[in-house]
Amino acid sequence: MSGLAKPLKIALGLAIIAALIIVPMNFNRYGLFILSQWAVMSIAAMGLNLTLGYAGQVSLAQGAFVGIGAYAAAIMTTHGWPLPAAILVAIVLSFAVGWVLGYPALRVQHHYLAFVTLAFSTLAFLVFRNESWLTGGIYGISNIPRPHIFGFATNKPLPFYYVCLGSLAIVSLAVWWLIRSPWGRAFMALRENPLRAQSLGIDTRRYTLMAFAIGSALGGIAGALYAPLTQYIDPVPFNLSLSLDLLMMVIVGGAGFYFGPFLGAMIAVLLPEWLRFTEGYYLMLYAVAVMLLLIWSPTGILGILDRYMAARRTKAASALRAVAKSRLETVQ
Amino acid sequence: MSNLFDLLVAGLATGAIYALVAVGFTLLWQTSQTINFAQGEFVMLPAFLMLAAMHAGAPFWLAIIVGILLSMILLGLAFKMLLVDPMMRHGVLPLAIATMALAIGIKEAVKQFFSAEASPFPSIVPTGDVSILGHAVSLQSIGVLVVAVLAVLGLTTLLNRTSLGHQMQAAAQNPTVARIIGVPVERMILLTFVINAFLVGLASLLITPIYLAKFSSGEVLGQAAFIAAIVGGFNQVRGAIAGGLLIGVLDNLAAAYVSTQYRAAVPMLFLIAVILFRPQGLLGRAEERTV
Repeated sequence: MSGLAKPLKIALGLAIIAALIIVPMNFNRYGLFILSQWAVMSIAAMGLNLTLGYAGQVSLAQGAFVGIGAYAAAIMTTHGWPLPAAILVAIVLSFAVGWVLGYPALRVQHHYLAFVTLAFSTLAFLVFRNESWLTGGIYGISNIPRPHIFGFATNKPLPFYYVCLGSLAIVSLAVWWLIRSPWGRAFMALRENPLRAQSLGIDTRRYTLMAFAIGSALGGIAGALYAPLTQYIDPVPFNLSLSLDLLMMVIVGGAGFYFGPFLGAMIAVLLPEWLRFTEGYYLMLYAVAVMLLLIWSPTGILGILDRYMAARRTKAASALRAVAKSRLETVQ
Repeated sequence: MSNLFDLLVAGLATGAIYALVAVGFTLLWQTSQTINFAQGEFVMLPAFLMLAAMHAGAPFWLAIIVGILLSMILLGLAFKMLLVDPMMRHGVLPLAIATMALAIGIKEAVKQFFSAEASPFPSIVPTGDVSILGHAVSLQSIGVLVVAVLAVLGLTTLLNRTSLGHQMQAAAQNPTVARIIGVPVERMILLTFVINAFLVGLASLLITPIYLAKFSSGEVLGQAAFIAAIVGGFNQVRGAIAGGLLIGVLDNLAAAYVSTQYRAAVPMLFLIAVILFRPQGLLGRAEERTV
């Protein structure tokens, strides 16, 4: 988006934020639920975008971390703990597990890593399903309370939507800061060329583990918000297909682009809803749309925009060159 | 321990189907670096094509032929030309995601145009048991095992004994050199896609009578085939066969001796162990080039 003038960009950003705050005020319960889901999935996808898009480590386990966060929040809040404490535990727990999951990445890469994380995802699902003493097994955990924020109850859909949106805002700022910090640059060096990164003195070992741990922690936050959003969780939503969906969100939005996860989550959460008027055909149309998009632009939606901007810049630059050249010629 | 024998036979029978599916998976990987996340759905679809042909009034044998031919056209030719070709140069990951979308599409199409309920499917092998070494073994298991072994033997003969097979292997191992010595690489790659489609059609025919025809049955099968392919060796046909049989047996033994709840965990843990200690698979070659 670097082609846009800065004030224009800021105005656009503010308009989008204002729209996200004001427009949903007259949405119905279901519309607010879908929009809250978009905010939650954006957080999880942002985490995966750090791991995959910035650090270049393929993970098919992000859904499992959403599950870990969701179960942590569900178990703690139903036992009377406040949600912020549960979020903190979800972060610490997912961070620690994500760190451990990073170890295979030190040994194997690409599709092998994808399959290790895929296996982890399935193992996590089995634990959610079978350890009924903790997770309620297939019956799940119900009556998950929504939090009180500064004394305000957020039981109604609109206030809880603002909780999700606020969390998304905080996470977005944190990620924005992170990718501009030396850390973010180390991640990108890791993605582009691990050997060269190492020769520059980057501790690739530590940053690989960190990429997994931080990405997973964001998945944990998303899960800790998902549990009070649905107020009931069972193992099914956290099976492998959630991990695959999140991966699809990141790629479709544009892996390695800051705004990619927001767009990807929008496509994955909202597009099927918009296509619902087609009744039974909506997931089919969704699948076809994703395939066509990827054929057209394998770098996702933002890839299209990026190429368009780059093309415009080259055009503008060559126009400037032509002008300069013709001036030179008239001078001679 | 008397039922160990039964477990082994049942395990080998499911393993043989995993092997069929996994072999196709490794063929696509070798020739075109395609990770096909829709491989499970590829096995699910032909059964429904056959059922559709039977609903249209075709006898079972004709439905089988129609189903397998359609599978070769749709899942072989069309898949290669419409999805893989335009995406091949974009690298492994976007293509893998596109096949995930394809899996959703196939599943939903079957659900919408056919049925969300499981349908029974006729078996090519008569039901009943025979007695082997004092054990009652179902004819179904034996039939599945025999057909799968014949298919795999046929494929390995094709690959290793015929000039066409040698051309295919050359195209897979080093496309550039193969092209120089006059192998029509593109046609060979297309052929592996058609062979994969044939194998999934066959697997569909063998497995559907046991597990019924259901739109969602591809997920478990696809995952088992992936594990089989990786455990055995991603880049080896014989690796995929060994991996398939091993996972089939392991799965059945785990269900009997570990716990039914965690049976799915055993192949997964095995997979993680194999990837960490022998990433190229039990029978695979390391992918680094020495020259």
